[in-house]
Amino acid sequence: MPGSAGRDASAYGVGVAFARCDDGYTPDVHEAAETRETREAGEAGVASGATEAMEATEAKLTLTVDGSARTVTVDTRTSLLDALRERLGVTSPKKGCDHGQCGACTVLLDGRRTLSCLSLAVAQQGRDVVTASGLDDSGDLHPMQEAFVEHDALQCGYCTPGQICSAVGVLEEAAAGHPSLVTDPDVPAGSAVPLTDDEIRERMSGNLCRCGAYVDIVAAIRDVAAQRPPVPSR
Amino acid sequence: MRPFTYERALDPADAVARVAAHPDAAYLGGGTNLVDHLRLGVAAPGRLVDVSRLALDRVESRDDGGLRIGAAVRNSDLAAHPSVRHDFPVLSQALLAGASGQIRNMATTAGNLLQRTRCRYFQDVTTPCNKREPGSGCPAVEGRNRTLAILGASEHCVATHPSDMAVALAALDADVVVLGPSGERRIPMADLHRLPGDEPARDTTLDPGELITAVELAPLPAARRSAYRKVRDRASYAFALVSVAAVLEVEDGVVREVRIALGGVAHKPWRATRAEEALRGREATAEGFRAAAEAELGAARPLSENAFKVPMARNAITATLRGLVRAAGERA
Repeated sequence: MPGSAGRDASAYGVGVAFARCDDGYTPDVHEAAETRETREAGEAGVASGATEAMEATEAKLTLTVDGSARTVTVDTRTSLLDALRERLGVTSPKKGCDHGQCGACTVLLDGRRTLSCLSLAVAQQGRDVVTASGLDDSGDLHPMQEAFVEHDALQCGYCTPGQICSAVGVLEEAAAGHPSLVTDPDVPAGSAVPLTDDEIRERMSGNLCRCGAYVDIVAAIRDVAAQRPPVPSR
Repeated sequence: MRPFTYERALDPADAVARVAAHPDAAYLGGGTNLVDHLRLGVAAPGRLVDVSRLALDRVESRDDGGLRIGAAVRNSDLAAHPSVRHDFPVLSQALLAGASGQIRNMATTAGNLLQRTRCRYFQDVTTPCNKREPGSGCPAVEGRNRTLAILGASEHCVATHPSDMAVALAALDADVVVLGPSGERRIPMADLHRLPGDEPARDTTLDPGELITAVELAPLPAARRSAYRKVRDRASYAFALVSVAAVLEVEDGVVREVRIALGGVAHKPWRATRAEEALRGREATAEGFRAAAEAELGAARPLSENAFKVPMARNAITATLRGLVRAAGERA
């Protein structure tokens, strides 16, 4: 198993690209990927056991971020949030608690709202990431962003990109018939769930706003939900 | 954070082989608890084996009318599944009572079962904790224990299991299917999690390297009348102080079938067998429900800060059962 693990993983898209000792040596992260792949190819022939202490703790991954293909080599410990912000310069998702409690880092991952702080970047190979700054590919504001502006649904704005990604996810989930804890049990499975204020509050409970703009956040989401009545989309 | 290698398993047997070969390897599912633990230093594996993309992501109907739930099914998808909503509403409600929309989109069935206690001492590596560091002591026994156990605890550990889903699965007598180095076995939900005793580091009866591949539910017509009630410090996105999963079938005013499990009170989902015995075949009355709850809670040994959980659990059991009777159009 040791020595072969990197190759197996590469075959399935992980693309483990470099090996690193645990003795503190850190490779230059800006090094050309081609060089690293060459080195890996060289090391793959090393006998099993000899590479035990030299297994890959970095990996190359390719993601689609706000519509563009991006490739980056990351330490396996890197969260998706840090990969986006620190490595790819995509700063719309915010780091609030970094423990999955505040929702400021929410992005849409393959279309579903996800906490990027609790996602390891290396595990997201090939996935589609949409942040608040990529919601509308024409360069205009997304209707949810317009509604947040219209309703003054923010004060400092730090939680806002996460709130907006989460709200867009809420609309999709309700349209697809996903229930919440407050959904009337008589709504048939698979039918779109009407977004009452109680539904919006319950479904948005994973996004905290320390400025307390909740009243206007609910109003903004209510507005967009009313403009686009939920229709099952899948 | 300790460096680790990352591998994506090809299939369940490959995953088991990869983890079984390395004592410091861990499975990665949705990551919602493990990634936090990596950051906190609570967990420090040298090798992560990703099982989140294995083909274990389907909910399938069994020939007998039961369900087989793949280990990698996301909590939000399971809660929304038509058969779960119709045949096992307690499971859908329990899932929706847990975490947030984002986390339910990430968290898997198996990962939910294997999440670890949110006891503050367990999560704070600067304090002793017998679960995290065996033999170091348990500050919670004399310390901050408001959210911790009232049933089945030991002098070594008073942690509670945090899952809502597991409480519903305990009430439904689910089976957990696991694959290990020596093959597959089935573990009844009641036996998956354990009480802390003098070995609180072990949350479950899983052997090293064993991988949960599915959860199975046998058909249970009575479960169409089932409910989950969760009592917590805020209305949403908080762990349970006390929760109740209940199945109740009443015929001509008499309890024909009843299953009750409690969350937030013990190191494992607590099946309230004493209360069930006190109710089965008896008249379904509010007084009877309350007496049954008290029979169960007679074994409670509250800590310095959590005596409130005893009447809270009694009231939650009574209210859940009364709600089920009312939903059936009967009186209690």
